[in-house]
Order: sequence, then C-alpha cells, then structure tokens
Amino acid sequence: MRFSGWRVLREGLTGNKGWAPHWRDPEPKSEYDVVIIGGGGHGLATAYYLAKEHGITNVAVLEKGYLGGGNVGRNTTIVRANYYLPGNSEFYSHSLKLWETMEQDLNYNAMMSQRGIINLFHNDGQRDAAVRRGNSIVNQGDDAELLSREQVRELAPFLNFDNNRFPIMGGLLQRRAGTARHDAVAWGYARGADMRGVDLIQNCEVTGIDVKNGKVVGVQTARGPIRAKKVALAAAGRSGQVAAMAGLTLPIESHVLQAFVSEGLKPIVDHVITFAEGHLYISQSDKGGLVFGSYLDFYSSYAARGNLPMVEHTMETFVAMVPAVSKARLLRSWGGIMDMTPDGSPIIDHAPIDGLYLNCGWCYGGFKATPGSGSVYAHLIATDRPHGAAAKFKLDRFRSGVGLMDEEGTGAQHNLH
Amino acid sequence: MRITCPLCGERDRREFYYKGAALVRPAEGADLDAWHEYLNLRENPAGPLDELWYHEMGCNAWLKVTRDTATHEISAVELASEAGLGGET
Ligand SMILES: Cc1cc2nc3c(=O)[nH]c(=O)nc-3n(C[C@H](O)[C@H](O)[C@H](O)COP(=O)(O)OP(=O)(O)OC[C@H]3O[C@@H](n4cnc5c(N)ncnc54)[C@H](O)[C@@H]3O)c2cc1C
Ligand SMILES: [Zn+2]
Repeated sequence: MRFSGWRVLREGLTGNKGWAPHWRDPEPKSEYDVVIIGGGGHGLATAYYLAKEHGITNVAVLEKGYLGGGNVGRNTTIVRANYYLPGNSEFYSHSLKLWETMEQDLNYNAMMSQRGIINLFHNDGQRDAAVRRGNSIVNQGDDAELLSREQVRELAPFLNFDNNRFPIMGGLLQRRAGTARHDAVAWGYARGADMRGVDLIQNCEVTGIDVKNGKVVGVQTARGPIRAKKVALAAAGRSGQVAAMAGLTLPIESHVLQAFVSEGLKPIVDHVITFAEGHLYISQSDKGGLVFGSYLDFYSSYAARGNLPMVEHTMETFVAMVPAVSKARLLRSWGGIMDMTPDGSPIIDHAPIDGLYLNCGWCYGGFKATPGSGSVYAHLIATDRPHGAAAKFKLDRFRSGVGLMDEEGTGAQHNLH
Repeated sequence: MRITCPLCGERDRREFYYKGAALVRPAEGADLDAWHEYLNLRENPAGPLDELWYHEMGCNAWLKVTRDTATHEISAVELASEAGLGGET
C-alpha cells in the first residue's frame, strides 16, 4: 500500500475502509541471518537499511513490547546537527541529511519540520563557545548563524529578556534543525522494513543470548529459541541488561529523563529553543502543546517515570525563560530510560564476541540519530567494517582513554553525563 | 525520595549529591583492566544497587546507600568510610 494524495482523497470519499495494517504480524522463524534485539527507532531503521542498502532481508526485529513503545515514542523529538566534537559532528551531519530525504524514501509522513533550533547564550564565555561551534558546523558543511539579542527578540519575543540572572545575549541558530513526529518515524521504518521482507516480532522479549566457542549462535526469547548468524543489540536503556545475557559488562548506567507537555495553546513558539542555564529545551507540537524537558534525574533508574525535584527544577527554569507559560497547565509528564556512557557519546561497534554487535549509549540525544544510526549500524553488520561517519564510536575508547568523545567537556565520568 | 543519613537522620534527596555505583577502589598499583572496570564498567542492575551519595547540604559525609533502581526503595545506608570500599593510603 502506497500513500499518495490521490489515495487519501479516495479513502476519504469511501469511508476510509481501504487502509490495511502497515506491517505483518509474523510467527518467528527458527533461524535468521540477522536478529536485531529491540524494536525502537534504531532497531527498525537498522533493519530497513540492512534490507534496502545491503539486500539482507532474512532479518527479524525482536521487540519485548510493541514497536515504538520505548524511547522513540517518549522523546522531545528534537533533530539537529549542531554538534562540535569530531566523530559526533560528522555522524549527526550524516543523520540530518537522511532526515531530509526520509519521508520520500519511506513514502511515509513523519511530519519532519525544519523549524530551526535556537540555542540561547547568556554570557561572554557561552557566546565565544557558540561562535566556535558555529564556525565548526559551517566548516563541516551544515548551517549555523549567530543571532544578536535583537535578532533573537524578533524571532522569539515571548522570551524573558529582562532576566537579570540569565540575560539573553544572543543565540546560535541552525535553520535545518527541527522536530519530527517520533511515533511516525518508528512506524515509517517498520513499514519500510516489513515491505522488504523483514519480520517484525512484537511481544517477544529476548531472555538469553547463546554463545558457542566465542561466537554468537542465536537468542532465547519469550516465543522460543531463534538461531541467528548475527545478533545486533538496539535495546536503548536496557543495553546493560541485554549485554549481560552475553556475559558482557558495558560502560553504561541507565538513567531516567523526563519530558513534559502543556495543554494545547495557540501557536507561540515557532522554533526549538534551548536555554543554556538549566538546560531547558522547548518546542510546540502541531497540536499546540508545549513540549519541553531539562536534565536527567542524575541517578541510576529503571523507573519509566521521574522524581519530583527535577519536575520542580524544570518548571522553574521554564517560567524563568518564558514567564507567560506560568499560566499554562501541564497536561502530562513521563520518563524514559536511557543508556548513559561516561563520555556522553554512543557506541556502535563489534562486541568482543564474534557475530555480536553493539548499538548503545545514546544518552539523551539518540532520536536525532535514528536514521544515521540505522544506516551506519546496518553497514557495520553487513560488511563488518565501521561506516566512515561512525568510525569513532568505539567500545575500547573507555579502556584506552584514546578518542573519548566528551562533547560537553565535562569529563569522562559517569555521574557527569 | 528521602535518604536517612546515619549522622543527620532522614533528609530530602535534594540535600545529596550523587556519585554512582559504590565499587571497591583498586589498589594503587592495580593494572589497567582493574581501573577500567572501576571507572567505567557498570553492572547496571534493575534492582538493588550499592551507590555513593554525598551529604552535601548536611554533614558532608559520603554514604553507601543501597537503593532499588526500579522502585527507588532504600534498604540500607552506612557511612562510606566504614563500608570497606578501599582507597586507604
Ligand atoms: C524524555 C526523553 C526525551 C528525549 N529527547 C530527545 C530529543 O529531543 N532529541 C533526541 O535526539 N533524543 C532525545 N532522547 C533520546 C532518544 O529518545 C533515545 O536516545 C533514542 O530514542 C533511543 O533509541 P531507540 O529509539 O531505538 O530506543 P527505544 O525506542 O527505547 O528502543 C529500544 C527497544 O528495545 C526494546 N527492548 C529492550 N530490552 C529488550 C529485550 N530484552 N528483548 C526485546 N526487546 C527489548 C524496548 O522495549 C524498546 O522498544 C530523549 C529521551 C527521553 C527519554
Ligand atoms: Zn548527614
């Protein structure tokens, strides 16, 4: 089934009776060439690119819940490529380019909206860092513009320009950045993978990874054992637990990050805006809700909800930045469990077990990575060589200390990320 | 979340700074793998975990807190200095 304007019109005139499920619901086969653990954005995108770019279609994605029920459906939907550090910068640049063609490629409306991101700065040091970052972004071929205080005021007059503690001095704008409808991203990749023959198997928790003579041979699941030539992790906040099934201990702690949405309001916020003090980020959804979040809760957690001190902090920062929202009501809040690495950057690499692959440690920024992660991970699985855009996402950087990717310069230590 | 400091009693979580898993510190001359394990690798359980919390806005003691990472239930708290975590010189 292909989507088109004509099809939408026809369905509209005939009671929408012609829409079919977007993917099959197959029984697991006894053996696959590749088994992907985790039916989130990264797992589904990986399956899609394995089939599309590498012709590998004897693939199963095993998901313990339902497709898109994890972080891919829980994030604040921000997509951008304004990273600074070598390794990260080219990867996110690669990913943003894929976002720009994804909907045509998938024939699926993911509501990709390049509304632009403005990262505000409040002092000289932050401005200098923004200038440096902007130059490096332009050098890598992406877009960045430095905005003065007055230019920011023109784009976002509702911000608190009289904040004595955190005055807004200006902002770094990336126009190609924006947001996407996160569930639709999962659904689009799911449908694209399914159409190419990939089996998407839901309600199928992986409970064991079978390793023989240092080589992976398959997995144990809630729906029976499945043999596999290659097994690829894409389990987001559960990576530590899944890796433990193969006897691996990863440099990862799982932490919870909360997100919030207000009641529906008329359009006021046109961009994604981040407030450097307090790490607040906001955008407005097409339904009108203000979508926002701030820091993680900062201690290990597998509770898919957060605690109140961070709720309070987030609300305080939001009101400090946009005083008008103090009158808005909060509609809901929720949390997602994320892998945190000591340096805050991801890992895409071979595991030290033959045939086992790692895609983990996305911390709180992995939604924007979804197409990029899928494409480079598929490349690694298919060719056994790292993709050029992800060559630095090595597991051994923590042990060797060489090539640590500490984007924020806070240090390579767990409790700082 | 509230933590019962052995010196100060039950206090709000916001009085404490979080360090992470409470692991036994390797001896000074330990090899790279031992330090790598200590600094980077984590068991990362969904369940009880021994962690270090610092009573920053209280008595300034480091505490070893046993907390369930799925329920946030705290089952034990002791002074880190008495918990046998190594690091003596
Ligand atoms: C509140 C919040 C806000 C965020 N905001 C942003 C943002 O604005 N921009 C951005 O770029 N990033 C953001 N992120 C980060 C981003 O959402 C994640 O890094 C990314 O979505 C993780 O990849 P994924 O989509 O594949 O994960 P998931 O969707 O979580 O997929 C992992 C899947 O693995 C499954 N699984 C786990 N264990 C097993 C098992 N044993 N067997 C079978 N299946 C298993 C899970 O059920 C899950 O569906 C945010 C995260 C959170 C929590
Ligand atoms: Zn105390």
